[in-house]
Amino acid sequence: MEDSHSALAEGGADATALPSGAQQSSVELVNGDEAVARAAFDARVSLGTGYPGTPATEILEAFDALGGRAQWAPNEKVGLEVALGVALAGARAIVAMKHVGLNVAADPLFTAAYLDIPGALVVVSADEPGMSSSQNEQDNRRYAVAAGVAMLEPSDSQEAYEFTLRAIEIAERWRKPVMLRMTTRICHSKTVLRRGGALSIAPPRPADYARNIPGRVMIPGYARPAHKRLRVVLAQIAAWNETADVNRIVAGSPALGIVTSGISYQHVREAAPEARVLKLGMTHPLPFELIRRFVSSVERAVVIEEGDPYLAEAVRAAGIPVEGKAEMFRLGELNVNRVRRILAGDTSPERELQLGKPPTLCPGCGHRSVFSCLRNLGCIVSGDIGCYTLAVLPPFEAVDSCVCMGASIGLGLGLRHALPLEQAKRVVSVIGDSTFFHSGITGLLEMAYNPPPTGHVVLVLDNGTTAMTGFQEHPGTGRTLDHSATAKASIEGLARAVGVRNVHVIDPTLDPAAFERLMKECLDKPELTVIVARRDCLLAARTIREYERMNARCN
Amino acid sequence: MRGVTNIVIAGLGGQGVLTASDIVADVALHAGFDVKKSELHGMSQRGGSIASDVRFGREVFSPMVPAGEADFLVVVEPDQLSVNAAALSPSGIIVDPSQFPAEKLRNKKTLNVALLGALSRHLEFSEEAWIAAIRRRLPEKLVEVNLEAFALGRG
Repeated sequence: MEDSHSALAEGGADATALPSGAQQSSVELVNGDEAVARAAFDARVSLGTGYPGTPATEILEAFDALGGRAQWAPNEKVGLEVALGVALAGARAIVAMKHVGLNVAADPLFTAAYLDIPGALVVVSADEPGMSSSQNEQDNRRYAVAAGVAMLEPSDSQEAYEFTLRAIEIAERWRKPVMLRMTTRICHSKTVLRRGGALSIAPPRPADYARNIPGRVMIPGYARPAHKRLRVVLAQIAAWNETADVNRIVAGSPALGIVTSGISYQHVREAAPEARVLKLGMTHPLPFELIRRFVSSVERAVVIEEGDPYLAEAVRAAGIPVEGKAEMFRLGELNVNRVRRILAGDTSPERELQLGKPPTLCPGCGHRSVFSCLRNLGCIVSGDIGCYTLAVLPPFEAVDSCVCMGASIGLGLGLRHALPLEQAKRVVSVIGDSTFFHSGITGLLEMAYNPPPTGHVVLVLDNGTTAMTGFQEHPGTGRTLDHSATAKASIEGLARAVGVRNVHVIDPTLDPAAFERLMKECLDKPELTVIVARRDCLLAARTIREYERMNARCN
Repeated sequence: MRGVTNIVIAGLGGQGVLTASDIVADVALHAGFDVKKSELHGMSQRGGSIASDVRFGREVFSPMVPAGEADFLVVVEPDQLSVNAAALSPSGIIVDPSQFPAEKLRNKKTLNVALLGALSRHLEFSEEAWIAAIRRRLPEKLVEVNLEAFALGRG
């Protein structure tokens, strides 16, 4: 790949300006995730961690492919905690997740912001406006404000690379976590990346533990002054942001001024090529004086942003008069035509998006028969996040709820507690293997601890991989991110360990009738049951066998 | 946008839509253009519709081809034409498998690259540039059969 671009390479004359881990100057077409991975590699990030989720998954896979140390955590919370530990050791860490992953990781994030962190902690949040593969379109810029962390928003792969380097520098300078907020179109669009030349970052300091109890132990007596220090740091970063080169003004007519950031900037340049544009690279804390001067330099000022009216609200609250967008444009992605409409004040109904053929449960999926069975038995299915959510579509229509990772178990228990007996007996929680390790274990504890009078049935569909996001490993596969052998967690073992007495392991495809008999029998008993329906994902089975052969040889 | 060529390649998951758009983007990049390529591929592996946008020119801003501005709509799966028809500009050109003897393909999975052959007749890049991009983007063992497919599509 590198060779293929040598014809376009700008020569390696400046390569000495880069740390030894970096490549020579090069030009390549990469997506935003790959650009973040390249920056992490060039900055000699010690560890990349996170949990797979569209559209962030490729960051860690690309970091691993480059030779970086990347690993999947069981979930985003653990990933962020591991990354925080790396940064407390003085090294550089990156933790990557999809937007909803930050909900899981929010607990450590909010208090990490209070900590004095000598290394770099960069939190990548990949938002999904338009929900190409997500359950909501929450706008995680709100998290930067709520947690009090600085936030950078790249608008293409070049900036994804540069802002990752800047995020590391800012984190180390102010000893605070920094959020890199991406969106699907930044993560998954390929644009030109030029590396090398003047782009560089100082090498990391060697890891070393320096004790700092008041800066790290957040008991109230230390947390109060820590919060005060955080607000001082945010004011300092805001002052820096007023003149920082992460923000820039594109010259244009004073008749129209547009304040924007991220992917919206690209749509703006195309929809309004004549406009004067303030492109913000750091959107928290905001450079209000810069925005104020810009707005007063133009006759009409409009904020163009995807998702929530975060910028428009903040700028107006600072007493700067700007137009925002109509409420209808809060929903879904922006694009060039929608930006044209916002600028024209056109709120007439939009043409329905042509959706085409929806994704389906694979025709040869080994877990299809499970959903036929659940349908035959009239089950109320408390579902979860993964391929199997697709069983909500015809011909199965066999999922009754889907909320967030692991919710199937808690939600199913709640239904069992409240429903009349005949309905309660038909409730089943259905969860995949990777989702089970991510957030299902605590649900299982709840089931054993507070069992409903009717008992409950948890069905774990174990296909041996994280299939929905493209076949990533997890703690139950016995292989790490790079597919080498490691400890293998057992779903049935965990179920027994928390006190579930009826634990069954069955291949649902081998004998669908036997599976249905087992389901029926378990539903009829007022007891707690975990059924592990185990069959490798059809698409991954061959690769899984190859990994296992390879690892067996290594041992 | 002046001077930007917009191409949309549409099909179903598993038909090589992304490989095809990677090859187009690679050709344009090596010809010295600014290039952007965008698609939503979160669920494409599950057999759903997938469309990939490729844009190249002196300077490209949005990575997405605006509705009604595609110069070319390449459909690997003919029934995806109606889903993506709104992308095409009034003067846009449709490229589909009916435009060459697709039944002569040695390997049906190379239909995506054969369609690039048909597309290549409308673009300014040399045949050598396409062949070089195919060699760069595909695993070695698949190169020959795909070059054959490309030649068939190009006619």
